[in-house]
Amino acid sequence: MKSTFPLFPDSASSLSSHVDALYIIWALVSVFFTILIAGLIVFFMARYRRSDPEQVGVEERAAVWLEILWSAVPLAVMLAMFAWGTRVFFQLYRPPVDAVEYTAIGKQWMWKVQHPEGQREINALHIPVGQAIKVKLASEDVIHSFYIPAFRIKQDAVPGRYTSLWFKATKPGVYHLFCAEYCGTEHSRMIGSVYVMEPRDYESWLAGGSGGKSMVASGADLFTSLACVSCHRASPGINQRGPNLEGVYNSQVKLADGRTVTADDNYVRESILNPFAKMVAGYDPVMPTFQGQVTEEQLTQLIAYVRSLGPIGSAPAGGTGGTPAAGTAPSTAANTPQTPGPAAPQK
Amino acid sequence: MDTTAVARAPLGTPETAYERPSYLNSEYGWKSWLFTLDHKRIALLYLISVTFFFALGGTFAAIIRLELLTPEGDLMGPDTYNRVFTMHGIIMVFFFLIPAIPAVLGNFLVPIMIGAKDLAMPRLNLASWYVYNLGGLFTLWAIVNGGVDTGWTFYTPFSTTYSNTYVVPTAIGIFVTGFSTIFTALNFIVTIHRMRAPGLSWFRLPLFIWSTYATSIIIMLGTPVIAITILLVAAERVFGLGIFNPKLGGDPVLFEHLFWFYSHPAVYIMILPAMGVVSELIAAFARKKVFGYRIVAFASVAIAVLGFLVWGHHLFVAGESAYSATVFSVLSMLVAVPSAVKVFNWTATLYEGSISYQTPMLYALGFIGLFTIGGLTGVMVATLGIDPHVHDTYFIVAHFHYIMVGGTIMAYLGGLHYWWPKMTGRLYPGFASKLSALLVFVGFNLTFFPQFILGYMGMPRRYWSYPPEFQVLNVLSTAGATILGVGYVLPICYFAWSLKYGAKSGDNPWGAVGLEWDTPSPPPTENFYTTPVVTHGPYEYTREEVHNRLTQEKEASLV
Amino acid sequence: MSSTPLVDRHEHGHGGAHGHRHPAHQFDSMEQQKESSTLGMWLFLVTEIMFFGGLFTAYMVYRHMYPVAFAVASSTLNVTWGAINTGVLICSSLTMALAIRSAQINWRKGSMLFLVLTMLLGGAFLGIKAIEYHDKFVENHVPGNVLNQPFDFVLENAHEAAAAARVDPLYQRHAEIFFSLYFIMTGLHATHMIIGLGVLAVLLFYTKRGKFDSEYYNPLEMTGLYWHFVDIVWIFLFPLLYLLGAHTH
Repeated sequence: MKSTFPLFPDSASSLSSHVDALYIIWALVSVFFTILIAGLIVFFMARYRRSDPEQVGVEERAAVWLEILWSAVPLAVMLAMFAWGTRVFFQLYRPPVDAVEYTAIGKQWMWKVQHPEGQREINALHIPVGQAIKVKLASEDVIHSFYIPAFRIKQDAVPGRYTSLWFKATKPGVYHLFCAEYCGTEHSRMIGSVYVMEPRDYESWLAGGSGGKSMVASGADLFTSLACVSCHRASPGINQRGPNLEGVYNSQVKLADGRTVTADDNYVRESILNPFAKMVAGYDPVMPTFQGQVTEEQLTQLIAYVRSLGPIGSAPAGGTGGTPAAGTAPSTAANTPQTPGPAAPQK
Repeated sequence: MDTTAVARAPLGTPETAYERPSYLNSEYGWKSWLFTLDHKRIALLYLISVTFFFALGGTFAAIIRLELLTPEGDLMGPDTYNRVFTMHGIIMVFFFLIPAIPAVLGNFLVPIMIGAKDLAMPRLNLASWYVYNLGGLFTLWAIVNGGVDTGWTFYTPFSTTYSNTYVVPTAIGIFVTGFSTIFTALNFIVTIHRMRAPGLSWFRLPLFIWSTYATSIIIMLGTPVIAITILLVAAERVFGLGIFNPKLGGDPVLFEHLFWFYSHPAVYIMILPAMGVVSELIAAFARKKVFGYRIVAFASVAIAVLGFLVWGHHLFVAGESAYSATVFSVLSMLVAVPSAVKVFNWTATLYEGSISYQTPMLYALGFIGLFTIGGLTGVMVATLGIDPHVHDTYFIVAHFHYIMVGGTIMAYLGGLHYWWPKMTGRLYPGFASKLSALLVFVGFNLTFFPQFILGYMGMPRRYWSYPPEFQVLNVLSTAGATILGVGYVLPICYFAWSLKYGAKSGDNPWGAVGLEWDTPSPPPTENFYTTPVVTHGPYEYTREEVHNRLTQEKEASLV
Repeated sequence: MSSTPLVDRHEHGHGGAHGHRHPAHQFDSMEQQKESSTLGMWLFLVTEIMFFGGLFTAYMVYRHMYPVAFAVASSTLNVTWGAINTGVLICSSLTMALAIRSAQINWRKGSMLFLVLTMLLGGAFLGIKAIEYHDKFVENHVPGNVLNQPFDFVLENAHEAAAAARVDPLYQRHAEIFFSLYFIMTGLHATHMIIGLGVLAVLLFYTKRGKFDSEYYNPLEMTGLYWHFVDIVWIFLFPLLYLLGAHTH
């Protein structure tokens, strides 16, 4: 499939042709201006070659219109390309609503990928063709960069925060996955493959894989074992210490200090690690921090679980019942996972 | 020796038994050099240091290209490779590209071009050379002990926490060298403001002075920021602080902002003096005033100012918000306008000129071509839709080498060839020098043009081994680098040769105008026997006296 | 400060040692030389502003990120010492200005006196700073792992600690960033003071030798500019570092 001497990368995502079009037009503009300049230089060199050692150039005639022309034309070309490029950029980084979320965690020197269904892979990513996929990125150590040339997309994985990118593969095949941000010794070995499969093949790959629990299920387990469930109960009312998380994800949350924020990945992450940084209005600050108690992977699983909690009433997972008695000191309750509660996470 | 490249034996240069007094023969002995306060001698000291670091950085480049001949990392281990490309970057950026034109050509020419006896602060000037070498020693010490592997960008937390190499001595080296750059820039600004010859108003200044002035402004405003940033990195490593360490609450992206706040303008520190040199060369070898002189002068200042507003384009995929990315993208394109204007003005200068094909002119014309490509691809990567794909790939590597090597080094070599007779009073072989210009141009394109294709195909930079389908282009690139290397070694040889064996150049071998050509070559210690009084702008080749002088020289050459 | 150029007296009794009446070889006139050094000094101060500017930027970013930790960490600094030091520095700026003034009116003794006073005040500032550093060291508030003494930030007031933890459970870790910046900013400021004291010592020596008078006091004036700049940096550092939090003690 791969030629031994290719000059142009595979184009395999819904947006790669947009990037290519932008690139090719820019390249043509560049070639035009380069040839214009080089051609003029060669022509002038030949035409005005010094014929006599005492010869000097003809005195300059001011030409304001020329200066204006060659300021305005490049400016106009660049602004047009800027507008087009920005349009493509926003397409590249705004995932569609139906995008399925995968997780990729960079670590010296590998990409640890987890599927929403729970499959884990290292330095490999199997995806179905035609499905919009959002990859949430995190890093366990230094800055890495998740790069799939065939999809014309790249995003740094920065330690301490989430970033993401999305793509929709359009052509089955095997494509490179690179780490593009220099990260140490084995930087050039932090590479892998993206396997774009027909949905049928993908299903059978999933079935054959050493699946493990789905992201959501693992998150639900954690939600229980870390005793999140004891405060963030689904049944509202009695002694509600923490907000019900159903329908919270991606909603607008009103904070104690009056601000409103969107409960996105970074917000949920921050609320787990640093609960009082952005407190939801109406609750006491009693939640302990989970900094150091959960790994990056577990964090993404927890977030996947929170995300899976749809609007109130349609919760797919447990979280009801089995709460500690009212009046227990909140901090103890939250810290002791001795009462996991009966609610088994649903599959 | 080919005499076509060099001018005829100029008027009034008899092969006399006695040597005219000049800065070169005013004093002898190593003390007279190491303790000199003469800007011209300091320029030559810098020339030696800078050439040493260029050779060192070039050696590292050669090792990189050798390793990349094959997809597997077979010449050396990954750790070695990482150190090699890091040292290549650090040495070339901080110890060659930034100081080269200002410290060598600038030091030599700024006082002469403005009709002054010396820079305003000669002691500071000499100190800057020592400080530069001190910084270089720190870095060399780090290299000898095993090097540093962070990349020249020192991204945190890799540099502060994860790297096991000599980050701190290297950081100190860069910190110290930063002072030498600041000293030089400060000296230039003061000198240009306060020491211009009578009648030399701002719009009578040569464009090299304008661009040096603009460069100095960037150095003064930018270098302190990299100094404090690199100091924070060192402190973080030594004391275990967490300013850029996310595990301790720090923010690695803040480092990227601080770093690029200097390091993007640093690109303009490299290219602006090169533009100034090219303006001089084009005017001298087309014997014509630079078209749109004032516009070109203001363009330098515009680039210096706008250059401080574009650093965020290095962070498009680093987690910067889409809206700041948009702003930085459009600002980056604005900075390209004055650059484009300069290219058009240089080209227009050739129109109806009297163009000679001497070596410096070949370098200058090569500069325009390569800078055009570097600039256009720069605007391409500032385009938001393209950058996510090409960021951190060989496309970027190719782009900035077109600016830094195709731009800065071409101009530096062009300037060196142009002012070599001024500095030494000697001529170099014409054929060899033209050959070197050709080799550099061809070798450069062969080295770096394939990297544009590699980059768009997705080959990330700083890769020690790579997928096999990238090999053909990498082999081409290495082949080009070989030619480029020969092109760089040639001038070193014939310049050294010319010092002893080169023909006497006479005062003005090019028939150029400018204050620097109104004084003997090499100039006397005090530059001018009498303080020049300036009555006209630069590059005025149509004046009667220029005509008369050229006619005289022609007649003399016919005798 | 305007100088009143008197008649050029370098003919009268100033021997060859007083070559400073002639401009240095690269200048045409004393005036050109003075203008050049003044411009050079101001440019140098611009680079200094950018140098500290990088630190102030980092400070702003982290203060915005961790307001509570910064406030409680700030509250453990000793405002009294900080305020005294502010006063000390302002006084030293005054004595510096007076030293220049004394040179302008040819009062050599006065110039020496005020230089010594400036140096004493500068030394006092550094002494107080050393006391504060020592306190921080004893309290284990030195960030990182200096001298094998890990950073350990415990608020004495339990109520205060609980209040901080309520808003920022990681306030201790974030306080470490505050102290990192505190030590780097005040440390660099102190380094500038020490360099300034060195320059003042040289000036004192030359003043004693009678090198400066109403015609030539440029080095004094330039050092004065530098000294005032260092003073102004402190004027920014003091409120940013010391006066952030509500001081409960």
